[in-house]
Amino acid sequence: MALRTEELMLNMGPQHPSTHGVLRLVVTLDGENITDIQPDIGYLHSSVEKMMEYRTYLQNVALTDRGMDYLTALANEEGYLLAVEKIGGIQVPPRAKYLRTIMLELQRLSSHLVWVGTWGLDLGATTVFLYCFRERERILDLFEQVTGGRLHHVYFRPGGVYEDLPASWTDRALEFCDEMLIRIDEYHELLTGNPIFLARVQGVGILPRDLAINMGACGPVLRASGVPFDVRRAFPYEAYGELDFDVPTSEVGDCFARYQVRMEEMRQSVRIIRHAIERLPAGEIRAKVPVNVKLPKGEAYARTESPRGDLGIYLLSEGDDTPYRVKIRAPSFSNLFALTEMMRGWKVADVVAILGSVDIVLSDVDR
Amino acid sequence: MTTQPPLTPAPSRIAPIDSAIEILDVLPGGSVVLAKTETLLNWGRASSMWPLTFGLACCAIEMMAAGASRFDLDRMGVIFRATPRQADCMLVAGRCTIKMAPIVRRLYEQMPEPKYVISMGSCATCGGPFYYDNYSILKGIDQIVPVDVYVPGCPPRPEALIEGILKLQEKIKAEPFLRRALPAKA
Repeated sequence: MALRTEELMLNMGPQHPSTHGVLRLVVTLDGENITDIQPDIGYLHSSVEKMMEYRTYLQNVALTDRGMDYLTALANEEGYLLAVEKIGGIQVPPRAKYLRTIMLELQRLSSHLVWVGTWGLDLGATTVFLYCFRERERILDLFEQVTGGRLHHVYFRPGGVYEDLPASWTDRALEFCDEMLIRIDEYHELLTGNPIFLARVQGVGILPRDLAINMGACGPVLRASGVPFDVRRAFPYEAYGELDFDVPTSEVGDCFARYQVRMEEMRQSVRIIRHAIERLPAGEIRAKVPVNVKLPKGEAYARTESPRGDLGIYLLSEGDDTPYRVKIRAPSFSNLFALTEMMRGWKVADVVAILGSVDIVLSDVDR
Repeated sequence: MTTQPPLTPAPSRIAPIDSAIEILDVLPGGSVVLAKTETLLNWGRASSMWPLTFGLACCAIEMMAAGASRFDLDRMGVIFRATPRQADCMLVAGRCTIKMAPIVRRLYEQMPEPKYVISMGSCATCGGPFYYDNYSILKGIDQIVPVDVYVPGCPPRPEALIEGILKLQEKIKAEPFLRRALPAKA
């Protein structure tokens, strides 16, 4: 007599140590193979788009820090302020542009460090988490000296930045850049040279190029699938058009490729910071913009490359001091749905590895 | 010209055993001390408080930072556990939505007694910046679970979280653990 078999529905989350927040995954299993995976989101929906309609343009800067992707507070501010400056026709002074670029790249480093650390933790490599957070604290110290905040900065303002750099900050930043390159080699020794790590990630969770484009994947996930698209290169904003950097890509599209792309991105971030500090112009840091800025009627869509990918903000102004409508195109959201395609056909033990490799932040998904 | 008072190091908040527990008597030689069972139990409970790894939002990143290299919560005997069944304490780190509230409550109920809750950050304490004009965030975690210690900040620095944990340890040490009222039998 044949054994009766049936599919098993497995619930994962919202409280799970490796869902990186409050994501619930409903996994359909056939034995050990994943036949389907459905993400259930909304456990961190903070209604930030609605809240923005009741706050002035300056107050919203603080809200983008918290309500959107909390690991990349400055990248959110940047996307939002680009839209504000586009509608208002506000010219940002060159020094402010460079300061923003430096801060954005430091933010990218700190965000990728959290990613490498927690992904290592998910895969059982505890040491790399401690190593990454050691360097991240250095970056947070640099942030704190400039912005006063560790996680939420409220540093970018309409028309520039809040304050200039403190004395000899650039020296400390350059010193950190030198150290960071050595540390990246250290992470490579810990992870890339680890056969257990390689066995868990190499060839796992492949996202082919055409599927990545169809699912709307963005950021490092898209670049790991062989599409050399980076908003910093395609639609340069701030000082990115004047700085040297490469867009790392990989053709493979597996978890290991996404890891390699992010590691290389960290090197490129260091390169951008060095180059931007070298070319840092003197002058004003903020255009003359009233505190309670009123924008003319109009709409704008600003896209930036946040550490997770293509972050877009659509802003509609009705000539008031508050926006009429804000729509956030969150990079983690589209990457999360590319995840369903990546997972299909893999074993249940690979769920955590694939999920971690996408680097989603649930605050960004749910908003 | 005023003279500066000499800098003396602040006394350590992590007390050695003779100040951590109330010693009734020290036997000659000093290697054996007499103390109440309750103080010893409370000292043990306070010094090995295992919280539930439960990050909701931004504060979870600071919670991770507090557990990582620089701040190192392991010094205080705080070791994160991934399941509520092994946890003594729940660190609610971040904003809790109305959709998430029943799950937070269930996790609290799954923890074995005695259990404690630390509300980390403004959002968990009162809704924080999401208090006004918001339809989805719970205005304070204390609406669904009893909170022992509130840690202010948006997000609190890891030092603030450590202070909150030390406050909870003080609270645990002062509890009448063996004389507490047991729940009535069903």
